[in-house]
Amino acid sequence: MKERQLVVVGGGPAGMAAALAAREAGVADVLLLERDQHLGGILNQCIHPGFGLHHFKEELTGPEYADRFAARVLADPGIEVRLKSFAVKLTPDRRISFLRPGALEEVQAGAVVLATGCRERTREMIPIPGTRPAGVYPAGLAQKMVNMEGWIPGREAVIVGSGDIGLIMARRMALEGVLVKAVIEIQKSSRGLVRNVVQCLEDFGIPLYFQHRISMVRGRDRVESVDVVRVDDEFRDIPGSDFSLSCDTVLVSVGLIPENELLEMAGALIDRKTNTPVAPDVNLTSLPGIFACGNACKVYDLADWVTRDSQLAGRMAARYLGVADL
Amino acid sequence: MVRDVIIIGAGISGAAIARELSRYRLKVLLLEKEAEPAFGVSKSNSGIIHAGTQNPPSSLKGWLCVEGNRLLREELAADLGLHFVQCGQLIVVFDLADLPELDKIKAEGEALGVKGLEIVDRAWLDAREPNLGPEVKAALYVPSAGIISPYRFVYALVENAVRNGVRLETSSRVTAVRRRPEGFEVVAGGQVFRSRFVVNAAGLYADEVSAMAGAPTFKITPRKGEEYLLDKKREHIANHIIFPLPSKTSKGILIIKTSDGNPMIGPTAHETPDKEDLATTDAGLAEVLAGARRMMPSLDRSDIIAYFAGLRPASGKDFIIRHEDAVPGLVNVAGIQSPGLTSAPAIAVMVAGLLKERGLPLTPKEEFHRLRPRPVHLFQVPLEETARLIEKDPSYGDIVCRCELVSAQEVRDAIRRGARTLDGVKFRTRAQSGRCHGGFCTTRIIKLMQEELGLPVTAVSKRGPGSELIKDERK
Repeated sequence: MKERQLVVVGGGPAGMAAALAAREAGVADVLLLERDQHLGGILNQCIHPGFGLHHFKEELTGPEYADRFAARVLADPGIEVRLKSFAVKLTPDRRISFLRPGALEEVQAGAVVLATGCRERTREMIPIPGTRPAGVYPAGLAQKMVNMEGWIPGREAVIVGSGDIGLIMARRMALEGVLVKAVIEIQKSSRGLVRNVVQCLEDFGIPLYFQHRISMVRGRDRVESVDVVRVDDEFRDIPGSDFSLSCDTVLVSVGLIPENELLEMAGALIDRKTNTPVAPDVNLTSLPGIFACGNACKVYDLADWVTRDSQLAGRMAARYLGVADL
Repeated sequence: MVRDVIIIGAGISGAAIARELSRYRLKVLLLEKEAEPAFGVSKSNSGIIHAGTQNPPSSLKGWLCVEGNRLLREELAADLGLHFVQCGQLIVVFDLADLPELDKIKAEGEALGVKGLEIVDRAWLDAREPNLGPEVKAALYVPSAGIISPYRFVYALVENAVRNGVRLETSSRVTAVRRRPEGFEVVAGGQVFRSRFVVNAAGLYADEVSAMAGAPTFKITPRKGEEYLLDKKREHIANHIIFPLPSKTSKGILIIKTSDGNPMIGPTAHETPDKEDLATTDAGLAEVLAGARRMMPSLDRSDIIAYFAGLRPASGKDFIIRHEDAVPGLVNVAGIQSPGLTSAPAIAVMVAGLLKERGLPLTPKEEFHRLRPRPVHLFQVPLEETARLIEKDPSYGDIVCRCELVSAQEVRDAIRRGARTLDGVKFRTRAQSGRCHGGFCTTRIIKLMQEELGLPVTAVSKRGPGSELIKDERK
């Protein structure tokens, strides 16, 4: 089995920042595993501006922000990047197995940084009742379809959840000529950034319904309409307040869940409510030498803060390896 | 061309009948109204292979279930490469005063020939099923019950039937069945097919098909069931399929171990007049959670990653499997509710017998391909085996679905075996069935389908025409 000083799992903003910071702190040998065919992670599909205001003091799009790190990672001879490489197993003594086209490989890592990001909460987790036709998509999947593939999923959309991804996708769909009929939010206020409520909804005349929920999805093969009902402060339906919106698409943006299944497999303590590592401080896990950073550690609202904390994770790994003081 | 037999419906019953008839020198056509087999009633099946208990001893379905269970365990599972797990079943009681009810189920099961039944106490349960709640007092242990993937069972039967010469026509809804002096004319998907015999296995629509043919002799009343799937991380929450004492109309809310690992809770049982009513409801979720938690209080709503509803094609209490004398040559296979999945292999043998009685010669083929190679599923094999597979074919190492560990090669294999829709890929491979619910893998699967089938993206659908996923491509 090959030995590697530091293995970073995930080549998004968190993994790249951790790898670069570890190198700066004196780690000689870094293996960076990325499951996709390019570095950058979810930033690649975030083509809107608003990234980098804190870290670079200028406004960048997601791909531009990612590219600044990717260029440095790829130029660094001390970082070996392996693309299309999917980690399937992690042991508490830091052996990692990963699959790639053509091979199953196993490495022994001196330290591990997990930068595995998060997944979207789904319709099924709320849950939204009704039929299960085509046309109900997690908002991030719709973002990937539109921005990465050039596929427009529908023509009339209703969006569930006013988090940043929901708001940004409302605008993105509107820009593609999709009629966005409403954003439905069960809470009394938006979880998203104020600038997104203004720039993504108000500027486009898209109505935002607070304290409402979808009570039924209708349509056999493709979404045909949704029933919407107002709820009280205890989230109970208010009788007689329901109305119907015809649409062929429902985008669901109801939060993110850190992806820590590898860490859980290794036997680390995981908070069942938040799916985050149970640890006394940011980036730590209950297993020595295994760190978690970025959205795998906690859900961040800005990529800039992911970068800041993930750089710290890289330095923490370097210190664990005995090559640097923090 | 005049065929010997047209089978209407490629659910579990039609598929098993097609495979059984494919042993013989017959021209058989299998018609399915949906885009793929198993897309009707069968796709919502719980996947339980029942032992035969909880059926009245004099019932048709009682002995068909016992015989179907035996055929599956002893022959079909191995022949067709099915992943059958004989995990056993528990029927629990919350009150020791209900023990006579368990004794009755035990006696009735034994009368049908179910073996190994045993009443077990709380100490037995504590040792083998530690997550049961304090309300559970005792149980009937049924060792011959097990679990299987219902759709992969159907796909295996259909694949093997087609391998043995059966013709499958999908997206072919039957709109007319005419009895002519020389045989039947069946109009489906705009084409006319002719045959000497018709087997009606049309599930929810069996009453309508039978009436079309001239035998309006029964009515199907759908009974809806909602089921809720849990994260694979909860795989070991239960070691058996766990039932409460059955009521008059249903086997109750169960905790179902599944052969793919995700435990499932449900189903509800409510009659509905609507044969298309597949909506899940807030009330259904509440009922399922309450029922399952009574047996296992640690079940949490946050463990639920998916849900669906299905309709049982009920007609009275028992199965209807008979030749309709008013329409010579028509065999009805109707009202196949639980335990229809288990009974299917035995139903198929029975139907072949009914056809033979009415003059269909059953001459065995010289070369019947009994075996069907088992598809590769990485989630079912240890890592060393995965390494060997990747050596042979690199794209087993190209992971498409991260939650369920499904490779590009498995998706291609599913398409080559007949998947034509996103749901067809999902049911065959499990890609998109995990906790992210397709959030990460859907675009990749769409692209693999485009590559394999040569489709524009706007023609790729979830489950057939009308359910296309993408409306437009950006200019």
